[in-house]
Amino acid sequence: MTIDRNLVLYLEKLGRIRLTEEERAACETELQSIIGYFDQLNSLDTCGVEPLSHSFPVANVMREDCTAPSMEPALLLSNAPQKKDNCFLVYRTVE
Amino acid sequence: MQYETVIGLEVHTELSTKSKIFCACATRFGAAPNTQVCPVCSGMPGALPVLNQNVVEYAVRTGLATNCAITRGTKFDRKNYFYPDLPKAYQISQLHQPICTEGWVEIPNAENRTKRIRIREIHMEEDAGKLLHDPWEDASLADYNRCGVPLLEIVSQPDLRSAEEAVAYVEKLKAILEYIGVSDCKMQEGSLRADVNVSVRPCGAGEYGTRTEMKNLNSLRAIARAIASEAARQIGLLEEGGRVVQETRRWDDDRGESSPMRSKEDAQDYKYFPEPDLPPIEISEAQVEAARQALPELPETKKRRYITELGLPEYDTGIITGSIHLVRLFERASDQCGNPKEAANWIMGEVLGQLKATQTLPEDMSFDPDSLGRLIALVQSNTINRGTAKKVFAEVFSKNVDPEAYVQEHGLALITDRGAIVQALRQMLAANEKSVAQYKGGKAQALQYLIGQGMRALKGQAPAQEVRQLLEELLE
Repeated sequence: MTIDRNLVLYLEKLGRIRLTEEERAACETELQSIIGYFDQLNSLDTCGVEPLSHSFPVANVMREDCTAPSMEPALLLSNAPQKKDNCFLVYRTVE
Repeated sequence: MQYETVIGLEVHTELSTKSKIFCACATRFGAAPNTQVCPVCSGMPGALPVLNQNVVEYAVRTGLATNCAITRGTKFDRKNYFYPDLPKAYQISQLHQPICTEGWVEIPNAENRTKRIRIREIHMEEDAGKLLHDPWEDASLADYNRCGVPLLEIVSQPDLRSAEEAVAYVEKLKAILEYIGVSDCKMQEGSLRADVNVSVRPCGAGEYGTRTEMKNLNSLRAIARAIASEAARQIGLLEEGGRVVQETRRWDDDRGESSPMRSKEDAQDYKYFPEPDLPPIEISEAQVEAARQALPELPETKKRRYITELGLPEYDTGIITGSIHLVRLFERASDQCGNPKEAANWIMGEVLGQLKATQTLPEDMSFDPDSLGRLIALVQSNTINRGTAKKVFAEVFSKNVDPEAYVQEHGLALITDRGAIVQALRQMLAANEKSVAQYKGGKAQALQYLIGQGMRALKGQAPAQEVRQLLEELLE
């Protein structure tokens, strides 16, 4: 897989971040080397091997349907850059 | 050219568990903003989800009630997207191994036969928070109480061909979900909402047309109107030689039209991957069998039983079995009065009448469900007549009065003292000599008039049959 400038721009958009030109260039090189490393996996023959999503043989870890106290709204909101009426205030997203 | 509309629905239903899907916050609707939120559902770094076992149980139950196969090895996937309604920046959902697949439900179609609508899959996921627009700040307010409320997404195949069929399908799903007790299905509270996929094609064409999607429709009326409007828009485009663009559109129910949603244009790359924070789920044969055994009688079976065993009309059974709340009222009332037909008549007449007049939904009926059966029993024992009973029911429905107490308090009971009735009729006859003479002269209609006068003298509180009989005796 090739990482080019257009892909970096696309990832910026998906990730809602903006990079400087230098960062873009660095990102292109670094991502290329990371992806290139993982590309080695493609040289293996995985025909007939079931996809693995969890490596530990653990299943069915569940809890009973019981409630417990939630956080105090003031504490929950204490890190919010902007808040109003006990809500997080965010960029306009309602169309 | 004649066109055919092709519709597929993704119905989202909030499960009525006490706690959220991955944390112990309460799921109660209508709580003050951000009072049912914790580190897990607000996406605080390091917080880990633990699955609520009832969500799996409810999903299995729903799958069995809709004739699905239950996936024995199921797991969650992570759906990544940046949007402030989900503070983790991903939704835990199921993409590759949904818990239920390949089911169906039956709906009545136009010819009053049944049509089978296939269900592609049902998957478990978490709901997102609620965003409110704040016109003063020109910003959005995020309330995360709904974040992490368990949802089932029920995905149909594109088997629906009209707005009416789509509505019938949602009504059927709603009835089933209510019967099996997994959701309260209150559309006005968003517990049941649908994404609607619509395309059109020339009648007889083999391939589907390009589809558009309208998200989050939360009433049957909006679903029907959105489908009709979107089909007409697409047909208009094609007739003018244009083409339909695949897109997500927003339905504005107030204006009765849809418009493209710009924000969703390039947000479709969710980079799904297996959810690493949740181990897989294995469902045993025994667990599925136990759930199957525990299923209650479902709407179709109940309907057939009402027709064959109780002899109720097909139309009535369709209406009553369409809502678990009407079913409960009906079954309680018929147990109490011992007369299912009479109970069904009351539901179809007075109960539906009151619901319609007061624009109340069956789930919002608030009177003591015992009252209807007791009221019918009062008519059957000749304590009150039918007309009075209807008036009393209006009071039961609106003010939850106790039928017996109300009848007694307002002196509505029928006069059972024969002597008192005779005396009242004698007085009435004395005042209506002319009609008496006419009757004796052979004019049969005069009797009807006299009965009417007699009932009036008794303020309608004597059994009509008895009044007639006594009058005939007195006139002899």
